[in-house]
Amino acid sequence: MSQSALAVELSGIWKRFPGVIANSDINLKVASGTVHAIVGENGAGKSTLMKILYGMQKADEGTISINGTNLIFNSPSDAIDSGIGMVHQHFMLADNFTVLENIVLGSEPKNGIRLDFEKARKQISDIAAENGLAVDPDVLVSELGVGDRQRIEILKVLYRGAKILILDEPTAVLVPHEVDELFNTLRDLKKEGLTVIFISHKLDEVLSIADEITVIRQGSTVGSVNPHTQNVSARDLAEMMVGNELPNPEAVGDTIQAEVVLKVDNLAVFAKGGKAIVDDISFQIHAGEIVGIAGVEGNGQAEILDALMGIESATGRVQFKNEDITNKSTRHRRELGIGFIPEDRHRQALMLEAPLWENRMLGHQTRTPNAKGIWLTPRSAKADTKRIVEEYDVRTPSIDILASALSGGNQQKLIVGREMSGEPKLLIAAHPTRGVDVGAQAAIWDHIRHARQSGLAVLLVSADLDELIGLSDNIKVLLRGKFVADADPATVTPQELGTAMTGAGEVA
Amino acid sequence: MNLRRIGTSLIAPVIGLLFSLAITAIILVAINASVSTVLSSMWSYGTSPRAMSLMLNLATIYFLSALAVSIGFKMNLFNIGVNGQYVLGAVAAAVVASNLTLPKVASVTIAIFAAMITGALWAGIAAWLKVARGVSEVISTIMLNFIAIGIISYIIVRTGIGTETSLNVRGTKPIPESGMLRGSAFIDPGTSIYGFFFISIIIGIGYWFLLNRTRFGFDLRATGKSASAARTSGVQSNRMIYVTMFLSGAVAGLVGLPYLLGDTGTYSLQFPTDWGFTGIAIALLGRNNPLGIALGAILWAFLDISSGQLILEGVPREISTIMQGLIVIVVVISYEVVRRYQVKSEQTSVAKAMAKQEEVAAV
Repeated sequence: MSQSALAVELSGIWKRFPGVIANSDINLKVASGTVHAIVGENGAGKSTLMKILYGMQKADEGTISINGTNLIFNSPSDAIDSGIGMVHQHFMLADNFTVLENIVLGSEPKNGIRLDFEKARKQISDIAAENGLAVDPDVLVSELGVGDRQRIEILKVLYRGAKILILDEPTAVLVPHEVDELFNTLRDLKKEGLTVIFISHKLDEVLSIADEITVIRQGSTVGSVNPHTQNVSARDLAEMMVGNELPNPEAVGDTIQAEVVLKVDNLAVFAKGGKAIVDDISFQIHAGEIVGIAGVEGNGQAEILDALMGIESATGRVQFKNEDITNKSTRHRRELGIGFIPEDRHRQALMLEAPLWENRMLGHQTRTPNAKGIWLTPRSAKADTKRIVEEYDVRTPSIDILASALSGGNQQKLIVGREMSGEPKLLIAAHPTRGVDVGAQAAIWDHIRHARQSGLAVLLVSADLDELIGLSDNIKVLLRGKFVADADPATVTPQELGTAMTGAGEVA
Repeated sequence: MNLRRIGTSLIAPVIGLLFSLAITAIILVAINASVSTVLSSMWSYGTSPRAMSLMLNLATIYFLSALAVSIGFKMNLFNIGVNGQYVLGAVAAAVVASNLTLPKVASVTIAIFAAMITGALWAGIAAWLKVARGVSEVISTIMLNFIAIGIISYIIVRTGIGTETSLNVRGTKPIPESGMLRGSAFIDPGTSIYGFFFISIIIGIGYWFLLNRTRFGFDLRATGKSASAARTSGVQSNRMIYVTMFLSGAVAGLVGLPYLLGDTGTYSLQFPTDWGFTGIAIALLGRNNPLGIALGAILWAFLDISSGQLILEGVPREISTIMQGLIVIVVVISYEVVRRYQVKSEQTSVAKAMAKQEEVAAV
C-alpha cells in the first residue's frame, strides 16, 4: 500500500445538535498506513466527527470516502464492513467473560450451531503475535488492568478485520508507562499497514506519535500539520486549538482581600475499606481569591468538593467566614452562600425530567426568588430562570422544556448561572466550562472573574489546565488525595503542571 | 407547549381504555357472550342513581388509598402497606369514637386524628427499618400488613375491646350515632353519599398544594426525580424517608373511615382489608396526580359496582376484574410510550428552534 493513498477522506461534514453546531465544514484527509491525530478542546467536535465516521451518527451534510470510494454509513456495522474499527474511550467489555469470549462476542465463529472457540483462539493469537499485543485469552476481563483492557478493545476491532482504527482519547485512562506501551503498539500496527486515527487533546503525546495532525476548533478543521517536516511545538498547536481565545494568565489584577472565606484544616475522606481518598489536606481561600486544584481525575477532587458541601462525611475542620460548618448540613451550607457546580452534572446538579425553571430552584429551593417561608414562588422562579437564560446565553426555546432536551453545554450554562445567583460568597466549582462552546466558555470565565472582583472566593477544579492557570490566583496540585505541590499561575506552564500532576517532577 | 403536554398526558389513559375494551370484547366473544348487551347493561346500571351513589362512595375509599400510595411513589418509596395502615387506623378510630360522647364535629375530628396517627406510626416502622437497617420498604410494609391483621384479630377476638356486634360476628363496640359521618343522599334518595366524600376532596387539594407549592413538596419530588441531585441540593434523605412515610401512613389511616363512619360504625372481622392494593393500581393509573387518581378511582369503582350486572347477563363477573387488570397494564405501557415520544419530540423541537436561531445569527 503506497503512503500517498488516502484511507479516509471526509469533506464538507456538517452536524447540528440541539443548541450547538458540533461539526461545521469538516475536511479531513488521512493517508493510508499513518497515525493521524485529531486534536481539539473538549467540546470542539472531535468525538462527534468520529461517531459520524463510525456510522453511529449521520452527518447532516458532507461525504465520507474510504479508500477512494464514497460511502454512506447507516450504522456501525456498515463502517465495520468497510474495515473501520473504533476503540471507545469507555471500554465496552463484559467483566465476567474471558478475554477470548469478549473478543469474539458479537461475531462468534460458528461450526454449525456450535461456537468454534479453537478457531477463534488461533485467529486471535495470530493477530496478537503480528501486532505485538500480548494477552492471555483465558483470563477473566474483571482481573485485568486498564492497559490490558485497552489492548483487548484493540484486538476486538482487529479481529473484525479493521484496517482503519479510531482511538477516542485512548490515553485518558492510562498511566505514563501504559501510554508508552500503547504507542509501541500503534507503531507496530502502522508497520502492518494499518491506519490509525488518534483523538486527543494531550498535545505532547500527539506530537510524539502522530505522522499528521489535524486541528479542530469550534467544530471546524482549522489546519493540518506534519510534525516530521514542520517544526511545531505544543504551544503552536494549543494556539491553533483555541484561536485567539487563549486565556491570558494576567487578565485581571490582584483582587485578593484580607478576609478568609473558607478555612479547611486536616480534611480527610475515607473509602469503605478505610483507605484515605482525601488525605489530611489544609488550605484557605480569601475573599476575591480563586484557588485552583490541579490533578488527574480520580485523585480525590470529587470527594473534597462533596466533603466541603457536607454531602460526603469527612474528618477535619471546615470554617466558613469564622463559622465552624464542619457538622452543618448541606442545606445550611448552601444557605450561607456557598454555590456548588458538581463534577457530574447529570447525577448531582439536574433533574433531567423536570422543566428548566424547576431545575433553577434545585439547591436554592429555600431562598428567594424560589421560595418564601414554606411556600414556593414559581412565578418569580420562572422570571429569574429567564434572566439566567439571557445572561448566560442558555440556548433554549423556552424555560418550560425538560432539562434533558438541552445539550450538555447549555445544561452547564444553566447550572453555572444558577449557582452564581443570589450573590454567593464562595463558589465550589468542578469543570465549570466542561462541554461548553468556546464563546460561552469565555463568558463564564468573565462572570467568575467579575464576581471575584466583588469578593467571591472560588475553589476551582478543572481538567482544562489553561482554564486553571488562566483563572486561578493559586494552584494546588492534588495527587492521591494529597496536595503535593503549589504552583504560581503567573509562571507555571500547562506542561509543568501536567508533569506535577502525575507525580513525575516538581513544579518549577 | 403546556396545552400539548396536557393533550399527551390524556392520550395514554384513553388509549389504555380503548385497548382494554377491545381485549375485553375479544374475551366476551370467545366465551360466546354478546359484547353489546354486556357493555350496555353495565353502562345502564352503572349510570343509575343508586349505582352512582355506591360508586362515589367506593371511589372515595379508593381515592384516599391511591393518594396515600402516590405520596410515596413521588419519591420512589413504595408503600405497599396501606392495607395494614388503614385497618389499624380504622380500629383506632372505632375504639376512640365508640368511647366518646361529644358533639359530632369534635368526635369525628378526634377519630380522624386517631386514625391518621396510628397509620403514620405503623408506616413509620417501615421508615425506621429502612433508615436504620437498610430494609427495603417493599418487604417491610408487606410484612407489616400481615402483622397488623394478626394484631387486630387478636384484639377483637381475645380482648375486651371486641364484642359480639351481630350474630357470630365480633367487632369493636359500635360508635354512637353522634360520632358517625353518614353524609347525605343527594343523588339517590335511598343511598347516602359518605361525608368523607367531601373530606377526601379537601385532602386531594391539600395534597396538590403540598407537592406543588411547598418547599417540602419540591424536596420530595426532587428526591423522586434524582436522589443524588436532591441530596446535593441539601435534601436530607433519611429525614425525607421518615416524613414521607409518616405522611403516606397518615393518609392511609383514613382509608377505612368513609366506610366505618359512613356505614358500619364498628370494625368487625368482616371489614374489607385489601383496599390498599387497589390504591396501588389506581395511583399508577392516575400518575400520582390527584385529578388523575380521582378519575381512576371512579372508573375502578364503576367496574366494581357494575360487575354485579354481568351475572345477570350470564357472564362471569371476573370479566370486570380482567378489565381492571388490563387497563392498568395497558395504561402504564402507553404512559411510557407517550413519555418517550414526548422527550424525543421536545428534543427535536429544541433542535429546530436552535437551528433557526443559528441561521439568523449566521446571516
